[in-house]
Amino acid sequence: MFRSAYENDVTVFSPQGRLHQVEYAMEAVKLGTVTVGLKSEEYAVLIALNRPDPLMVDSENGQQRKIMAIDSHIGISTAGLMADARRITKHLRSDCLSYNTAYQSSYPVARLFQNLGIKLQSGTQTYDRRPYGVGILGAGYDDQGTHIFQVMPSANVLNCKAMAIGARSQGARSYLERHLKSFADCTKDQLICHGIQAIRASMGSEEPATDLHINVAIVGKNTPFRALSDAENQQYYVMAKASGAPLTATDNIEATDSTDPPEPSSPNAEEGTEGIDNNDLPDTPSDGANR
Amino acid sequence: MFNNGIVQPLWYNGPSPGQFYNFPGYANNGNMKQCHETNNSDSTRSTAMITTGSSVLGIKFDQGVLIAADTLVSYGSLSRFQNIDRIFKINDNIIMGGGGDFADIQSIMRSIDQKMIEDQCYADNIAMRPKALATWMTRVLYNRRSRMNPLFIDVVIGGIDENNEPYLANVDLRGRAFSDYVVSTGFARHLALPLVREKKPADRDFTLEEASELIRQCMEVLYYRDTKNSSQYTVGVCKVKDSTSNQCDVEGPFQVDEKWSFAKMVKGY
Repeated sequence: MFRSAYENDVTVFSPQGRLHQVEYAMEAVKLGTVTVGLKSEEYAVLIALNRPDPLMVDSENGQQRKIMAIDSHIGISTAGLMADARRITKHLRSDCLSYNTAYQSSYPVARLFQNLGIKLQSGTQTYDRRPYGVGILGAGYDDQGTHIFQVMPSANVLNCKAMAIGARSQGARSYLERHLKSFADCTKDQLICHGIQAIRASMGSEEPATDLHINVAIVGKNTPFRALSDAENQQYYVMAKASGAPLTATDNIEATDSTDPPEPSSPNAEEGTEGIDNNDLPDTPSDGANR
Repeated sequence: MFNNGIVQPLWYNGPSPGQFYNFPGYANNGNMKQCHETNNSDSTRSTAMITTGSSVLGIKFDQGVLIAADTLVSYGSLSRFQNIDRIFKINDNIIMGGGGDFADIQSIMRSIDQKMIEDQCYADNIAMRPKALATWMTRVLYNRRSRMNPLFIDVVIGGIDENNEPYLANVDLRGRAFSDYVVSTGFARHLALPLVREKKPADRDFTLEEASELIRQCMEVLYYRDTKNSSQYTVGVCKVKDSTSNQCDVEGPFQVDEKWSFAKMVKGY
């Protein structure tokens, strides 16, 4: 069709009323590994799947790639271009710090993410810029309670009860939807196990023989944002596997490409050192084909 | 070039080479360098107070805070505006009493009103808390004083913080802030503060009745002794109504119960 005439500038609409560059930016999120956010009355947790490169120093002094603390009451988990994620993290941290200096209190979580959405929107409407190629799940706790927010490259900010983004996240979303009603009353451990089970559900039936590398972070009432240590992550992973039922076909009825072997997500996306190869993108947006 | 061996200056009434120069007609825009040498230009700036409000007194009690101020704005020693409310309800959590230059009070109130409107525009039921407002004011006032362009105000900010805790603070023109169970500005600092501190029970907060009685007594003392106080005053009340809402109003005007019968005992009356 005439797609190619409208896909080069983010400032040009297609005849169907779509912004192709924004949709391509959304595809970048699907290049990242899956990450899940869910909340109860007292806690909000972020679980991220790591696919570590054996040559990389992946987890040193508690730092890892996917989950970043913003303030003592807010943290985010990202999927997509890591360099863009770092830039956004820096902006959010700076915002929270300024707010703390001016008002000596914590930035309300909803406002932080609404304002982030406003900032990201300008990248979708400016000639010489591009949208941020990273999807963000934010978890926070403030006076209004626990929050999970999803921010996408389209600058949409969604207040979520639970959410999963990244490669093959549809399976995780189905799991979350199925168990949604039980989250409000979950204990901290149960909540984390649900999150890990959601990630396992996204793997389909190809869960590797070696254990998954799961990163967990939690924030809540009287609980400052904290990414758990390697030992704790392993402990929760074992707990989730033990408590959860073995994955059956019903857990991933909507996951597509389940016959493909689970390939490592493009290392370029995680490191952000090169651009994305756009040549194989589908004509219609978001048909669920994940990489 | 050299007359009688004395070096003549290159020019008069102009910049001295190597010195900072205040160009005439430019208002001092807060440049720190310009503040440190003598002003050799035509621009002058008055930092004196013109129309002033006198004392403000705030008392914290178990369920909230009371802030009282008389309704007088003076013009030097003239009691110019006698019916001015100097206590403001900021939002459902905060009341503020303003002393010092009243034009500056009105100016900062405009900024605060803009902040409250921004809060409302978010439409997320998050209203500012007194500690946040007090901290913000401290930053603003300190910044202004550091630029040698102060707002000549002394304010008392009080209200209900998170967890339904009462909060009371005093911020002055230099950006000095502190929080306590009793704070005051102006003459009340000398006359009312010791009075309230003496009455404070050691092991508990004031009750609303005790705090109200103390306000009444202090306003009376201030009227008798501070020549720039009047006998009419208003009181802002911000107290916890239930776990989700507060009762926040400015009440009054009240009258000091003046007793002048002792005048007959004064020789020369």
